[in-house]
Amino acid sequence: MSTVITAILILFGLAVVFGIILGYASVRFRVEGNPIVEQIDALLPQTQCGQCGYPGCRPYAEAIANGDAINKCPPGGQSTIESLADLLDVEAIPLDAEHGEEKPKMIAFIREDECIGCTKCIQACPVDAILGAAKQMHTVITDECTGCDLCVEPCPVDCIDMIPVETTITNWKWPAPTESRNLIATDRGRGLQQEAH
Amino acid sequence: MGKVFAFHGGIHPPENKKQSTRTPIRPAPLPKRLYLPLQQHIGTSASPLVNVGDRVLKGQMIAEPVGRISASLHAPTSGTIRSIGPHPVPHASGLESDCIVIDSDGLDEWEEHQGLEDYTSLKPGALIDHIRRCGIAGMGGAGFPTDVKLHLGDDHIVNTLIINAAECEPYITADDMLMRERADEILGGIRVISHLLKPSHIIIGIEDNKSHAIRTLRTALKECELNIDIRVVPTKYPSGGERQLIQLLTGLEVPSGKIPADIGIVCQNIGTTAAIYRAVHFGEPLISRIVTVTGDAVAQPQNLEALIGTPFADLLDAAHVYEDRLYRLVMGGPMMGMTVEHDQIPVIKTTNCIIAASRDEMPPAPPEQPCIRCNMCEQVCPVTLLPQQLYWFAKGREFDKAKHHNLFDCIECGACAYVCPSSIPLVQYYRFAKSEIRTEEAEQHKADHARERFEARQARLEREQEEKEARRKARAEEAARAQKARKAEPADTPTAAPALDINALKTAAAVARTKLKKAQKALNTARESGEGDLPALEAAVAAAQGSSDQAQHALEQANSSTASGITANVDLKQLKTAAAVARTKLKKARDALKNAEDKGLEGLDKLRATVTTLEQKAEAADQAHQQAEQAATPADNTPPTDLKALKQQVSIMRTKLKKAEAALANLEGEARTQAEQALTELRQRHAAADQAFKAAEQMQIEAAAAQGVDLKKLKVDAAMARAAVTKLERALGKTEDEQERTALESQLVTARDKAEQLNTTLQQHAPD
Repeated sequence: MSTVITAILILFGLAVVFGIILGYASVRFRVEGNPIVEQIDALLPQTQCGQCGYPGCRPYAEAIANGDAINKCPPGGQSTIESLADLLDVEAIPLDAEHGEEKPKMIAFIREDECIGCTKCIQACPVDAILGAAKQMHTVITDECTGCDLCVEPCPVDCIDMIPVETTITNWKWPAPTESRNLIATDRGRGLQQEAH
Repeated sequence: MGKVFAFHGGIHPPENKKQSTRTPIRPAPLPKRLYLPLQQHIGTSASPLVNVGDRVLKGQMIAEPVGRISASLHAPTSGTIRSIGPHPVPHASGLESDCIVIDSDGLDEWEEHQGLEDYTSLKPGALIDHIRRCGIAGMGGAGFPTDVKLHLGDDHIVNTLIINAAECEPYITADDMLMRERADEILGGIRVISHLLKPSHIIIGIEDNKSHAIRTLRTALKECELNIDIRVVPTKYPSGGERQLIQLLTGLEVPSGKIPADIGIVCQNIGTTAAIYRAVHFGEPLISRIVTVTGDAVAQPQNLEALIGTPFADLLDAAHVYEDRLYRLVMGGPMMGMTVEHDQIPVIKTTNCIIAASRDEMPPAPPEQPCIRCNMCEQVCPVTLLPQQLYWFAKGREFDKAKHHNLFDCIECGACAYVCPSSIPLVQYYRFAKSEIRTEEAEQHKADHARERFEARQARLEREQEEKEARRKARAEEAARAQKARKAEPADTPTAAPALDINALKTAAAVARTKLKKAQKALNTARESGEGDLPALEAAVAAAQGSSDQAQHALEQANSSTASGITANVDLKQLKTAAAVARTKLKKARDALKNAEDKGLEGLDKLRATVTTLEQKAEAADQAHQQAEQAATPADNTPPTDLKALKQQVSIMRTKLKKAEAALANLEGEARTQAEQALTELRQRHAAADQAFKAAEQMQIEAAAAQGVDLKKLKVDAAMARAAVTKLERALGKTEDEQERTALESQLVTARDKAEQLNTTLQQHAPD
């Protein structure tokens, strides 16, 4: 009998000790905010373009954390969708065409002769990448431009172009080696079949 | 002779070095045109110092370094700058990049230059600066700016200096020939470097297939005071890799992600030491280098001393290339070099070899076959990586895993691809993976930066909004407080207060008047109906009348006191208003009197008396106003002598007149007659001023005429001359034709002279 009581007492004692430890830990090591939002935000391309329907990348990250679809980010494209799918452990789905297409990287360019200095684009730029003042010619700081396109619409004289980023020897990438498929006779047939599907 | 260690792996490809060592180094013929890429080194592109059309001398600096890691560029021969713009450069991408193009004038005329007399007496910083000014970058292959490496002694303890003379790649013999022919220059360069870095050991690492060079160096070393150790290492590719040579000579491995200086070692290429020697002793910048021109497609494989910027075509011509046999043009060695598509690509500071290969020599790569996991690549990898694993990761785009398998330690030596039985272009996969990872990192960096900027902007907008809100609130509070104060004032400050609030008084008077009116009305209705307490009402009317009179009195007093108190600085506007008010009151009183007379009411006498007093007051106010006005405009009457002032006065008068006329249209009755009087007066004054102005002008014209100058004509002429000048200037801005431009320019000069002359004459006669 006494053994049973001892066992119960010991177990009870352990329960109390662990309860205290857990209680303390939950206060001491409390996690502020939702860390998953941070992680999602880190994967988004930070163009702040709003093409997803949210006013910036962080609000979209919050929306994804709350269960929104992961395929609404055209600047990030398929690679962003894949990394998001990886992070959230969901199926990678193709980009939602409703929000736009994946385009090559662009930057804004102001045709400076035509600029009237209205400052509307400056107010639209989410990353302060446009330099200028009222009635002074404006220009885009190329290194800071995220290519979000938000400055094109407000321009009253349509003097902003989105131009693709030029490939120079500094930003050139080694291409992936081309694979030769036709090694043996059967390869050829299979390859064609695969392409047909 | 010290011990030689070993490194893992390595291969023994056919050497093919003998072909190009048969003849001594020969200077390459002077090319007609040189192309100098602004970026021939690792780091930031140099920035051009010359303009198109400039004449440059041999050795003149034509582009300066930008930032810490960068190298300057010098004209390799004398000539003129033809252009600065994109031209094909030796780069794996085959893309164009900015080059300075020089048309050589054939004179090869040196800029004045001289070496440092005694470099040992210089401060290390000054000596390194001299080397930086000479544009020296590593000539072994990477092109790292040498001055940066020489500064390593500042923050590292350098105990070993390794001179890399291994030259392990097949075909290349440039360093071999340099050692055979210019051993003294090499030793001179080593002396300079050791003076700067002060190492305890100096080791020259050389492969055992260069026996001639080893002999020459040993002979030269006998007369050298430096303790230099020549270590002959077995021929094995890639023993010339910096890290591999360090391992061979010291047994130490440079840790991943670190530089040799972190373990106390600095490595310099043998070619670089010779360049340092020439820079320090003769002041010659790096404008030429030794290039091996070899391959089956050239008749005379040899080493040429070529100017930097010489197109490959010129060197191939010098070595008598067989155009029909030429299948592939490779810059660098067969293992790590790259195929170039264009024979106008220039020699740069890192070009050690040009291979003009025939088809048999370098056949197209056989088709890639599946990896059979044979493990041969792993056996030859000099960095002990797992090449096949890296290949799978690169192929499957699992770049993170490739990175964890130390992809970035790969030196891209190509040994793995050389031994691969499946002919997989492994190095291409690694390069692809590396550049993908680098791009991704750059993009991530950019995204983080954009996020930072975005958040900063959001914070700023929020702050601005808050500040605006705060300001708005403060303003509203201020307004509320002011209103409160205004309300409280009449109660606190009785009418006797020195600063009388005329406005408050006016309101009080108006209120009293309204009360009086109401009382009177009530009385009238009572009388008409014959009901009610007539005496009480009369009493009320009387009381109201009394208070109204009091209020009015107080107001008038205040008015007069302000009017009298400001004789010194008469406030015209206030007086005017007072007069107008008085007139209106008078009018009203008269109306009331008339009304009362018609109705035959009581208290007529009183009313009449009021009207009379009011009449007097109105008159007084009017008088005061007029006096004040006259006092305020005394200047109107004194005739100004200055023509400009006169002109101004006339225009002021005109404006006043116009205003008065406009005001007149709105006025009626007595006020109108008054205003009309004022207007007539104004008109007279205007006429007088106008006359005065005209008279003065006439006098000036006459005075000018007396000297034989027509002032009016002169003025017109001057204006026309000025207009002609502006017109010509505009035309000059638009035109592009050179001839037209010169013609216009001469015209402009004459027009300017004329305008200037006319202006001075005009100034003399009419100095306004």
